[in-house]
Amino acid sequence: MLKMDHARYIIICILVVLVCGFAIIGYSPTDSESAASKQSAQIIKNKGSDTMVNLAQAWAEIYTGLTNTASVEVSGGGSGTGVAALINGTVDIANCSRQIKPKELELATQNTGKTPQEFIVGYDALAVYVHHDTPLDKITITELAEIYGEDGNITKWSDLGVAHENCPSNKIIRISRQSNSGTYFYFREALLGKTQDFKLGSLDLHGSKDVVEVIGRTPCAIGYSGMGYATSEVKMLEVATAPGERYYAPNLKNVLAKTYPIARPLYMYSLGEPTGEAKAYLDWILSPAGQKIVEKLGFVPLANK
Amino acid sequence: MNILRKKSAANVPFSETVIETLIRLCGVSSIIFVFGIFFFVFREGAGFLFNGLDLGEFLTSPEWYPTSLNNKRYGTLALILGTFSVTTLAMCIAVPFGLGAAIFISEFCSPKLRETFKIIIELLAAIPSVVWGFIGLTLMNQLIIAVFNAPIGLTMLNGGILLALMSVPIIVSIAEDALKAVPDSYREAAEALGATRWQVTYRVLLPAAKNGLLAAVLLGAARSIGETMAVLMATGHSVNIPSSPLSWIRTLTATIAAELGEVARGGEHYQVLFIIGILLFTITFVVNLIADLVIKGIRQQ
Repeated sequence: MLKMDHARYIIICILVVLVCGFAIIGYSPTDSESAASKQSAQIIKNKGSDTMVNLAQAWAEIYTGLTNTASVEVSGGGSGTGVAALINGTVDIANCSRQIKPKELELATQNTGKTPQEFIVGYDALAVYVHHDTPLDKITITELAEIYGEDGNITKWSDLGVAHENCPSNKIIRISRQSNSGTYFYFREALLGKTQDFKLGSLDLHGSKDVVEVIGRTPCAIGYSGMGYATSEVKMLEVATAPGERYYAPNLKNVLAKTYPIARPLYMYSLGEPTGEAKAYLDWILSPAGQKIVEKLGFVPLANK
Repeated sequence: MNILRKKSAANVPFSETVIETLIRLCGVSSIIFVFGIFFFVFREGAGFLFNGLDLGEFLTSPEWYPTSLNNKRYGTLALILGTFSVTTLAMCIAVPFGLGAAIFISEFCSPKLRETFKIIIELLAAIPSVVWGFIGLTLMNQLIIAVFNAPIGLTMLNGGILLALMSVPIIVSIAEDALKAVPDSYREAAEALGATRWQVTYRVLLPAAKNGLLAAVLLGAARSIGETMAVLMATGHSVNIPSSPLSWIRTLTATIAAELGEVARGGEHYQVLFIIGILLFTITFVVNLIADLVIKGIRQQ
């Protein structure tokens, strides 16, 4: 019995040694291999804004196809996540649908010793969406503030002068975003300035695409999301700053002319002055080839200089 | 006992000592992990919890404005009520179904059918919560709009049904174990007295297994309280005091999941989210503790 135990123990020992040995042997060639591939294709890490994630993905795919010296790794998570990664020095480029805050800038400089550099890579017009059956085409910022704002009085479609047949409850269902997304901050500031808050009780969805998806299924809903996310189920409203002002549709022309009232720049931040592959990538994004993709995805490209 | 151990320790092979140490380490590690997690969550939230947070407002105000620019308010009442209402609704659905299924599987069905049922119920437990959430967002949403003529289907009812489906497997497997643990002599004695199968179940088995059944329900409830992804997607995620099963709500877990990704590390909002974590930890701890005490009650019986 005892002998059996010993034999088993010895077998286990041999197995452990073998596994460890294989692991070590197996590890070294892959290590040198990855080192070799790193020499041929450098990885650019790119992270941040959910609004920009589709755009960043498209850029990355096309750029990786164009060049064999670099490949781009993209992940979303939100503007804050991107900036946090930049502060920790774990990404090369952070995507941000809002401008970096002074405090974040300071933290990044402190942590990494390099000051983040800002690049405006395109514009995003926030469109106000309603279900495609809604008999409403135009809205003013003042009305939106009354719908979304803490002290706002508009809660029913009839308050907007709309007889909404497909919404028997007549109640406006407000679709919003989680309260720390870049889109939420921007929309709140555009409607209410920096002093007021949104009314509680809106449906705070988690992602630009979800907003449009839910509005497309909900006749009573109103919401905001990037212009690029429009589908055939929803309708984008023309927006004016105040009653009596001119209404502008969310389109390329109006955003570039800066007449459409809720449009914002999209940023990319690099740690310090970009060098090498990261610089080549950013240069390509700002070039006409890169800007063409911006337009293709429903965002607004930079004006030709 | 002691002498026996000492004696055996002398001629125990080395391998056994190694294995024993490893097993002991595994046992101890689970305790270390629990305390480690608690310590971590507490450390991240403690600064603001003891210095700055108005605990009364935190627990009783429904105003959740963590990102307001000039008037930040951290009231979680709506979130607490959201968690409790959706859990209660889920339990109202899951308990009858779960206990019914457990009674059927352990008492009324043939052995062959029993195995099939158990496999299917285990399959139900294996569906990831994000898949449940997706079902809620698409299928259930439309179903609720059509059936109840509601303006939107992302409601407490939607989340409650999903949570019920998720906690039914837990309730069934634990409740079935509890029913099986009732000695066969009870059944035989009751049948010998001429009781029908239902009378045996209702009058003998259920009272005998009641502690185990209660534990099953409580562990099912703990599962629903802790669930995150499905409720985040299905309940509308809206800060709202619930007034009916068709109102949209937000839960404590979903708030952490949605907001933690984008807060500045170490800031007030970040710490408040960890304080919500402490609150959740306390709630599930209490529920599990009650379940544990109840199970202990069974053993002593």
